[in-house]
Amino acid sequence: METVKITIDNKVIEVAKGTTILKAAKEAGIHIPTLCYLHLHDLNIENKPAGCRICVVEVEGRRNLAPACVTECLDGMVINTHNIRVLNSRKTVLELILSDHPTDCLICAKNGNCELQTMAQEFGVRKIHYEGEQSTYREDTSPAIIRDVDKCIMCRRCEMMCNEVQTVGVLSAVNRGFMSVVAPAFEMNLDHSECTYCGQCVAVCPTGALTEVDHTNQVIRALADPTKTVVVQTAPAVRAALGEEFGMEPGTLVTGKLAAALRRLGFNYVFDTDFAADLTIMEEGTELLDRLTRHLNGDKDVPLPILTSCCPGWVNFFEHQFPDMRDIPSTARSPQQMFGAIAKTYFAEKIGVKRDDLVVVSIMPCLAKKYECQREEFATDGNPDVDFSISTRELAHLIKQSNINFNDLADEDFDNPLGESTGAAVIFGTTGGVIEAAVRTAYEVHTGKKLEKVDFEELRGMDFIREATIDFNGLPIRIGIAHGLGNARKLLQDIKDGKSNFHAIEIMACPGGCIGGGGQPLHHGDSSIIKARQKAIYREDAGKAIRKSHENPYIIQLYEEFLGKPMSEKSHHLLHTHYFDKSKEIKVVE
Amino acid sequence: MGQVKSLADLRKIKENQQGKMSLREKSNNPESLVQVRVAMATCGIASGAKQVMDFFIEEFDKRNIQAVVTQTGCMGYCFAEPTVEVTLPGKEPVVFGYVDAKKADDIIEKYVKNGELVEGIIPVNYETIEKK
Amino acid sequence: MAKYKMHVLVCGGTGCHASQSDLLLDNLKTIVADKGLDNEVQVIATGCFGFCEKGPIVKIMPDNTFYTQVTPEDAREIIEEHLIKGRKVNRLLYVDPENQEHIADSKHMGFYKKQLRIALRNCGFIDPENIDEYIARDGYEAMAKCLTEMTPQQVIDIMKKSGLRGRGGGGFPTGLKWEITNRSVSDIKYVVCNADEGDPGAFMDRSILEGDPHSVIEAMAICGYCIGGEHGLVYIRAEYPLAINRLKIAIEQAREYGLLGKNILGSDFSFDIELRYGAGAFVCGEETALIHSMEGLRGEPTVKPPFPSVSGYFEKPTNVNNVETFANVPVIINKGAEWFSSIGSEKSKGTKVFALAGKINNVGLIEVPMGTTLREVIYEIGGGIKDGKKFKAVQTGGPSGGCLTEKHLDVPIDYDNLIASGSMMGSGGMIVMDEDDCMVSVAKFYLDFTVEESCGKCSPCRIGNKRLYEILDKITQGKGTRDDIDRLRNLSTVIKDTALCGLGQTSPNPVLSTIDNFWDEYIEHVTDKKCRSGQCKALLQYFIDAENCVGCTACARNCPVNAIAGERKGIHVIDQTTCIKCGACMEKCKFNAVYIK
Repeated sequence: METVKITIDNKVIEVAKGTTILKAAKEAGIHIPTLCYLHLHDLNIENKPAGCRICVVEVEGRRNLAPACVTECLDGMVINTHNIRVLNSRKTVLELILSDHPTDCLICAKNGNCELQTMAQEFGVRKIHYEGEQSTYREDTSPAIIRDVDKCIMCRRCEMMCNEVQTVGVLSAVNRGFMSVVAPAFEMNLDHSECTYCGQCVAVCPTGALTEVDHTNQVIRALADPTKTVVVQTAPAVRAALGEEFGMEPGTLVTGKLAAALRRLGFNYVFDTDFAADLTIMEEGTELLDRLTRHLNGDKDVPLPILTSCCPGWVNFFEHQFPDMRDIPSTARSPQQMFGAIAKTYFAEKIGVKRDDLVVVSIMPCLAKKYECQREEFATDGNPDVDFSISTRELAHLIKQSNINFNDLADEDFDNPLGESTGAAVIFGTTGGVIEAAVRTAYEVHTGKKLEKVDFEELRGMDFIREATIDFNGLPIRIGIAHGLGNARKLLQDIKDGKSNFHAIEIMACPGGCIGGGGQPLHHGDSSIIKARQKAIYREDAGKAIRKSHENPYIIQLYEEFLGKPMSEKSHHLLHTHYFDKSKEIKVVE
Repeated sequence: MGQVKSLADLRKIKENQQGKMSLREKSNNPESLVQVRVAMATCGIASGAKQVMDFFIEEFDKRNIQAVVTQTGCMGYCFAEPTVEVTLPGKEPVVFGYVDAKKADDIIEKYVKNGELVEGIIPVNYETIEKK
Repeated sequence: MAKYKMHVLVCGGTGCHASQSDLLLDNLKTIVADKGLDNEVQVIATGCFGFCEKGPIVKIMPDNTFYTQVTPEDAREIIEEHLIKGRKVNRLLYVDPENQEHIADSKHMGFYKKQLRIALRNCGFIDPENIDEYIARDGYEAMAKCLTEMTPQQVIDIMKKSGLRGRGGGGFPTGLKWEITNRSVSDIKYVVCNADEGDPGAFMDRSILEGDPHSVIEAMAICGYCIGGEHGLVYIRAEYPLAINRLKIAIEQAREYGLLGKNILGSDFSFDIELRYGAGAFVCGEETALIHSMEGLRGEPTVKPPFPSVSGYFEKPTNVNNVETFANVPVIINKGAEWFSSIGSEKSKGTKVFALAGKINNVGLIEVPMGTTLREVIYEIGGGIKDGKKFKAVQTGGPSGGCLTEKHLDVPIDYDNLIASGSMMGSGGMIVMDEDDCMVSVAKFYLDFTVEESCGKCSPCRIGNKRLYEILDKITQGKGTRDDIDRLRNLSTVIKDTALCGLGQTSPNPVLSTIDNFWDEYIEHVTDKKCRSGQCKALLQYFIDAENCVGCTACARNCPVNAIAGERKGIHVIDQTTCIKCGACMEKCKFNAVYIK
């Protein structure tokens, strides 16, 4: 490896050729502050527009200061990261950014969690020397995401996520000069765009410019209403991340505390979306086998591969971008919606509560779920199957304001019948998990044999596109996995071009899957957090007594008592859906 | 328009066009060329100045002499029309009167080519010449 | 075939065109035909003569008569008097501002005397829509020479030896740029002509493209040959319709002749040119922003390296040169590197085209050898300051440059001297200011421009320039403090030090150079609340003339803030600290005793 020698703050170090000053400094133990820069190392995602100019350093012999994030080290470079010229410039630039930023920190959704606020605090800014006019814009509220771009600092992280990672292409810089801001084309509202509500823009926004729509008040009101029975479901990825909001190490599993906290909050029944994940496997797995069998038997009308459909961001994506291929994904509803449908029928009947008096709340690592539960097709006579969906972050706020000492809670279990789940359901929370869960069940159903080993390591990992062939007793089943919508697009394009030879593909919109969802505690650019959550998910799976969905006794009971069998008429009615062509829905509004 | 296939083709176009533009080229630095000014007011035209001018233009071209022929208003020697002022590079202007084709031919052959003076000089620059 | 005795050249540049030179041209042609002179007189439209102050221009050859401000109605008189009777139309001749004499021959005009036209060699001389006229003036000969007799490296060596530097403002050695692009290994390479001229008041590139489009086409092909690229792109502002049209005609003609296209002049070299239109964003003159704009992306710069010569248009090596730079190339090949490098100064060779504007007699486009002094340009070529006023400053380099003063007048103009003086060459804008110009307002004007034209990508430029503007505005409103000047200076330094691209790195220059050179004016504004030029209206003060005041008390009675004191029948006085400049006193005074200063 070719190396170069540089002097940084009087320290001589040798780094690989091509290393940026920022990375070299890190190797030398020097922390150069950054704002727009973002590097999700484990996901190979990097944002470096070199726009904020906070990371400038002095390079001897250079006329102006150099942005450390993009300037490569050259042999013999002498770098000073904190002399008076650098410190003055850096602070002045920060003051400039602050001068065009609202100062309503106390009531900002990102209060205490804002990278700009932290930086101002670290720099000891006490006065803004360059106050002046502030750029203001219309606030945009969509079903899931609020854009308050007065707070946009043009770091372009969201733009990079939306365009390069997700290839959705909704957010980009518009206007010029002082009025430059990141927005949908023509500064339309998000709900008039092709936005999938994946929330990755929110996940990386350093300030309060992009936040989730807060539904906690609706939840509090429902809990306080004596006429309502309030049921809660919580998604698999939440238990692997919620602890972070309470100062726990990333990757700490808080399943038991989570159930306890939800009960303290006053939910009448504390259930688990994992139950519905098992149900999803029953439906989706059966559909997979059915389509596979018919396809292999030569039925040309049955297309393969079958694509998973649990991820609402992904569903929004193909409805907008590949509407002509909407017969390819499984018709199975997502676990959140399956849960809602079962809760408001089977369970409501069981406890003798009218549909209208039952409120279903979901705790999700996701913002697209907020949109999903508002879809018209998931409501009966205007009453939605899932009433409110709140994110992991919102739940943390709810717990904190309800005076619950989360860290001291003793573990509790979920309630039954909709709280029992298997290891297969837990891994829904990570990329590769849904398809692994499906394989565990489909294998046994198809071959009639018992799986010796339920861990399919070949399906796991963090690579954006993965593929594996699983031997179904002599029948090789080719499986593809993609996370991040840009990678999904690649696989989808291959199918469109007739180049795909997969039988089944799992797609999750967010990098890492739900563990990296737009509703999760903010990672602030540290991708090791997402990796730690993934490990926790597999740990939870390994610790479960039952690890295959079809072995969940309450699932078996549900089919016996209510649904009959997978893909039954009742299942179709309650657990399956259809998709829409949304490519024509883009409206330009004044 | 044909295609230009070689440097030679290009030069052909160039030469052809240069003839048409030489007038402009020459007037860019007339001091280095023979300058002929033909008085072309009514009096001059009536006495045949136009023909004289045409003669100069054509003959300079034929005899390959780099010259600029321009017209000017009445020079005030209406008695001697057509009148022509000739300036050789680096020399003072000389005005000739009663110029016809024959005289013009003389002017070209003798004065322009060899610097010999020809009859019919109107001594406008009398003093200047004397000073020398 | 007609042997023309006279050529009538009518300026067809944008400026003259706007003053009906097209109609003038039609009239001239029609009347010439009516008089049966069409075999003797050729009437053509040319590119810009540069003397835009007095357009439309008509030049008659061979006698070099230079008519100014010619209207379409003047056509008949010019033909009947000048063309037929040989009598120059005196009233249309240029009048020397010094001695009020009519000058018949353009060569004797001060405006042209000091000029040396290399890049503009054909502007105002040939018909830009006729490729033959270009060829007649050695057109495409340089390209032919390169393709048939020289290797790319030999051509690059000539360019390097000539000392030609980028005329767009950066001043990067052209030959070196070509060499770097030549060394970049790639299957596809691009030649880009930057015609996104954006400095306020600058129109060098437009005039070249309008007056001599083939020179740019030829140079781009030569560049393509040198770097090993077959694709040429001209990024041109859509606001230049005439230049676009002329360029399109020229490209078409060159294609018909086979001077663009496959296997040019029977060689292995193929080259063609496409146009790309810009929407007039100043920042798109920055080469990386220009390339992104051509790629269909937002026109904003990215960090260099990588330089376009290594990774440019669609990540292919791309050689970007400015129009004027290209226009120099064919002449250099034809006349040799030694010839070119003998012109100009030590480190800046050749000539530079400037757009002269402002309070100067001869507004227009000029080309002078590098090393010419500002004094020569302003007083000899420019004809001095308008209306006999006093010279105050000259702004060079557009919004990126600075204001130079009296003490810089004898500085020989070249890249390095201008930078050493606190300004820069830029693309060649030169705006002259006189005693009526307020230097704080000048700085504000330029900041207003950069605030508008910033792409918004980096914070120092996006927010910092806005703040600079706000502070300057505050000072011109009479609300500035001494502290504001320090803030201006610190902020300017930081913006220069931290901005991403050339726009932001230079945008504070007008502020810094006016503070440095006109410190007193800034101090006057903030401490005395005075603007000596009277341009800052908010700083004007109301006074009562003791001679005219009769003590009627009308002013005092009507003053809303009781700022006027005085006894009945006594002289009244305005208290400046209380006065709100509403003007009520002036309105009510029947004796013209109230005045503003």
